[in-house]
Amino acid sequence: MELFKNTNFDFLGHKWPFIIASLVLSVAGVGSLVVKGGPHYGIEFKGGMQLTVKFASEPNVEKVRSVLTAALPSAPSVQSLDAGSNELLIGTEGAEDATMAKNQQIIMETFAKAFGNPGSGKLDLNNVSTSQLANRLADPLQKAGVQLSMQQIQDVAAGITAWRDSHGGLLTKIDDLKGVKDLTPQVLNVLNAECYLAPYSAARNFESVGPKAGADLRQQAIQATLLALAGMLVYIWFRFEWIYGVGAVIAVFHDTIITIGLFSILDKEITLTVIAALLTLVGYSMNDTIVIFDRIRENLHLGRGSSKGPGLGEVINQSVNQTLSRTIMTSGLTFLAVLALLIWGGPVLHGFALALVIGILIGTYSSVFVASPIVLFWHDWADGRKAVAAPVAPAAPAKPSTTGKVKAAR
Amino acid sequence: MQRNLMIKVLVIVATVLVCIFGVIGFPTSMEGLKANVAKNIRLGLDLKGGSHLVLQVQVQDAAKTIADQTIDGLREDARTRNIVIAGYDRNDPATLADTDSIQVNVHGVDVAKTQIFRNLVTERYPDWILTPVNQNDYTLKMKPTSLLELKRNTVRQSLDTIEKRVNKLGLTEPTVQAHGDPATASEVLVELPGVDDPARVKDLIGTTAQLKIVEVKNEGPWKSQEEALGAKGGILPLNTELREYVSAGSSGGWYLVTRTPVITGQDMRNAKPAVDPDSPGRWETSFTLGQDGARRFEKFTSANIGNRLAVLLDNQIRSVATIQSTISDSGRINGLGSQEESSDLALVLNAGALPAGIKYLHQRTVGPSLGADSIREGIYSGLAGLVAVIIVMLIYYKRSGLNAVLALLLNTVILIAALAYFSATLTLPGIAGIILTVGMAVDSNVLIFERIREELRSGKSIPAAVDAGFGKAWWTIVDTHVTTIVSCLFLFIFGSGPVKGFAVTLVIGLLANVFTAVFVSKVIFDWELSGKTQMTELSI
Repeated sequence: MELFKNTNFDFLGHKWPFIIASLVLSVAGVGSLVVKGGPHYGIEFKGGMQLTVKFASEPNVEKVRSVLTAALPSAPSVQSLDAGSNELLIGTEGAEDATMAKNQQIIMETFAKAFGNPGSGKLDLNNVSTSQLANRLADPLQKAGVQLSMQQIQDVAAGITAWRDSHGGLLTKIDDLKGVKDLTPQVLNVLNAECYLAPYSAARNFESVGPKAGADLRQQAIQATLLALAGMLVYIWFRFEWIYGVGAVIAVFHDTIITIGLFSILDKEITLTVIAALLTLVGYSMNDTIVIFDRIRENLHLGRGSSKGPGLGEVINQSVNQTLSRTIMTSGLTFLAVLALLIWGGPVLHGFALALVIGILIGTYSSVFVASPIVLFWHDWADGRKAVAAPVAPAAPAKPSTTGKVKAAR
Repeated sequence: MQRNLMIKVLVIVATVLVCIFGVIGFPTSMEGLKANVAKNIRLGLDLKGGSHLVLQVQVQDAAKTIADQTIDGLREDARTRNIVIAGYDRNDPATLADTDSIQVNVHGVDVAKTQIFRNLVTERYPDWILTPVNQNDYTLKMKPTSLLELKRNTVRQSLDTIEKRVNKLGLTEPTVQAHGDPATASEVLVELPGVDDPARVKDLIGTTAQLKIVEVKNEGPWKSQEEALGAKGGILPLNTELREYVSAGSSGGWYLVTRTPVITGQDMRNAKPAVDPDSPGRWETSFTLGQDGARRFEKFTSANIGNRLAVLLDNQIRSVATIQSTISDSGRINGLGSQEESSDLALVLNAGALPAGIKYLHQRTVGPSLGADSIREGIYSGLAGLVAVIIVMLIYYKRSGLNAVLALLLNTVILIAALAYFSATLTLPGIAGIILTVGMAVDSNVLIFERIREELRSGKSIPAAVDAGFGKAWWTIVDTHVTTIVSCLFLFIFGSGPVKGFAVTLVIGLLANVFTAVFVSKVIFDWELSGKTQMTELSI
C-alpha cells in the first residue's frame, strides 16, 4: 500500500499561513504564560506539599474544599485528577518541612472526621499501615482464641494490606478479604468486629518539596536541556552548515514553547514527567528535521552535475515531497502510540501523553514550515547581499559550500 | 556469500538468546519466570511504590558543637594555667550556608598572660586561628582546611548513622547515598521501597538522637520558660540551661539542668525496649554503659545521692529521677507511650547519634496501590500502542512490515535486557525514553522502506534496490541517532535523577536500534532474497 507516491506539493509556496499559525500559537502560549505569571509548575518544581486521595465514588469536591479550608491555616488547592478515577489532588503551599508534615496530619485527621467514622472506635482498614493493623489485632485475636505469634500476626496484617494495595488500595467490603491467602474465617470475624472501611484512601501518593530544592531542580532541568540543544546545534553544524543547526534548534524551540504555552492555556501542570515528555518531543522533532535536511543535502549534491541546478527553494520542496511518505508514516505511527497512552495510560501518564500528542503534531510540521524556511531565508538573504556586492551572481546559490561538506561527510 | 549470511544469522540468534536470558534467566516454572523477571527488571519507586527522601545535613550544628567543646576545653586549660579570663561565647550560624562563619569569642584575657594564652591556643587548638580584637579580647575562627574536614566528616558520619538506622528496618534494597553537588555535598538520598508507614520512618531517620544524662538543679519545675526565668531573676547560673519535660507529647514543666552532661549517647551500649514495670501500659528503653561511662556515672551518682538526674533526648527531658543509690552500669528511659516508640528509641540509640540535625528537602511517597495502577495502565496502554503500530506497519509494508516488526520487538528486548544487565532502574522517565526509542526504530525502518520503494520505482532490480535503500538511508539514520545521543550526553552530565534515567534508556535504545534496524533487518531481506534465483516482486 502506498499513499503518497511522487507527490509534488509546493510546501514553501504555502508556508505563510503555517508560519502565521505558528506565530499565533506561540504568541497565545507566551501570552498565557505572561498573564498567569509563568508556567503552572508541579509540586516538585515550586515546593510545597501535595497528596492524592482516592474515593470509592465520585467525591464532592466542594465539601472536601470547605472542610479542609476550615481546618488548615491557609486554603488548600483541591482538584479532580481525572474523570472517572475518583481521585483528588490536594496541595498546600508552605515551605517548611515541619509545616508540611503538620498540614499532612491535619488533612488526614480532617478526612477521618468528615468522611470516616473515628468515633466508632474501630480501625479504618483503608488508611492503616501494616504495623498499626498488627498492633490492633493482637489482643482481639488472642481473645477470639486464634493462636498466632506476633510474627504470624504481622504476616497476616501484611497479607491484608498487600491484598488491599493490589486491588486499587480501596476496599468496599471487609468480606472481600476472603481472597487473601491463609486468612481464616476467625480472623475475618475479628476484622469485622475491629475494623471499618472509610470510603477513601489517602495513602496513594504524597510529596513534599522544600522551595529551594524545587528551584534547584527546575534550574537544573532547564540548564541540561539548553546545553543538550547547544550540543545538537554543534553536531548539525559539523555535519551540514551552521544555518541548518540554527534552523533545527529554532524549530525545536518553537515546538517546546507552543507545547508549554498550550499547557498553560489548558491549565495543566508542568511536572517532572512532563519534562521527560518535552525532552522526548525535542528528540522527535529534531529527528524529523534532520531527515528532511539530509535529503536536501543529498539533492544538492545530485544537482551539482548540471550547470544550472535548481534553486534551493525548489530543492527543499522536492526533498520535503520525497520524504513526505516517511514523515506521515513515522509521525502517524508514533502519534498512534502516544494517543493510546493518553486514552488508557491513567492519571500518572496523562500529562506525559498529552505533551507528546501536542508535541508530535507541532514537531512534524515545524520541520517543514519552520526549520526549512529558516535555511531558505538565510540563503536568499546571503545571496542577495552577495549579488549586491558582485553583480554576477552564481547560478546555484549555496552550492559550493554545501556540496563540499557533503563530500567530506561521505 | 551464503556462509557470510549464516554467520550474521548466528550473531543475531546469539544476541537474542543472551538478551532473553538476561531478562528471564533459566526459569523452571511460571512462578520462577515471574520471580526472575521481577528480580532482573528493577522498577523505580515511582512504579513500585515506596518513599524517596532527600535530606540535608545541617553541618552548622556540628560546627557549633565543636565551638562549644573548644570553649569547655579553653576554660579548663586556662584554669590549670592560671590565666584569668572574663568570659567566652560563640556566634550562632543559623543556616548551612553560614557554617563558615563559626567563631568563638574570648573576653577579658589577663594582659599579663597574653603570651601564655596565645601559646595555649596555637599548641592545643590547631584547628583555630586566633585574632586579637583589642588588648583583652580575642576571636577564634576555624581554619578553612579544618572546616572542610569537619564538613566531610559530619556528612560521612550522618550517612553512616542513617544507613545503620535504615538497615535495621529490614527492608529489601534500601538506598542511602550522598546526593547533589559534590562540591557542597551535604545532601543524602534515602530510598525505601515498600514502606507503608513513611511518617514513622521519616521521624526515625530524622531524630538526631543526641542523648544526655544531666544533673537537675534542686529547683523547679516551672510551668513555662518565662516563669522559670522570672524565678531566677532573668539570669541563669553559669553552665546551666532550661529544658522542657515532654511526656507522650505534652509538657511536664521546665527544669533547670547543667549544660555539661554526665554521660552521653556515646557511652551507651545495647539499648533494648521493655515494658515499663512502674506504670502499666507504658514502655521503656533500657541500656547499659560502656566502661568509661560506667566509671564516670558511678563517681557522679555516689556523690549526688538524693539529687535528681534528667535524661535528655534531643534537648527534651524524657525522664527525671532521684538518685537512690550508686548506679554504675545501666539505666533506663521510662514513660514511653508505645512499644513502637520504645523500640524506635532503642534502634536510634544503638545506631548512634547524628552529629548534626537534618532537614528534609524533598519527600515523595508513592503508595503501593498507585504504583501497581501505574504499571498496569502503563503496560496496557503501551501494548495497545505497540499493537496499533504493528498492524499499520503490516498493512502498509506487507511482508517487509514483518521485518520491521521483528526488528522493533528485538530492539525492545535488547533494551530491556541491557537495563537488566546494567542493573539500571526503570522509572517513568525511563519509559519515556523507551517510547522515543520505539518511535525512532519505527522511523528507521520507514526510512529504509521508503527508500527501497523509491529505488524500485526508478527501475532498479530488487537486490540492487534493497542495497541502495539501506545504503542511502544509512547516513540519515547515523545523523538522527548521533544528534540524539549527543543531546543525551549533555542530559546525563548536567541533568538530575529523572532526566539522567531518560538519557540512559534512550542511548541504550538507540544503539540497539542501529543494530536491529540496519543490521538485522538487512539480514532478513538478504535471507529472503538469497533463496530465490530470480525474484519478480518484493512485498513492500
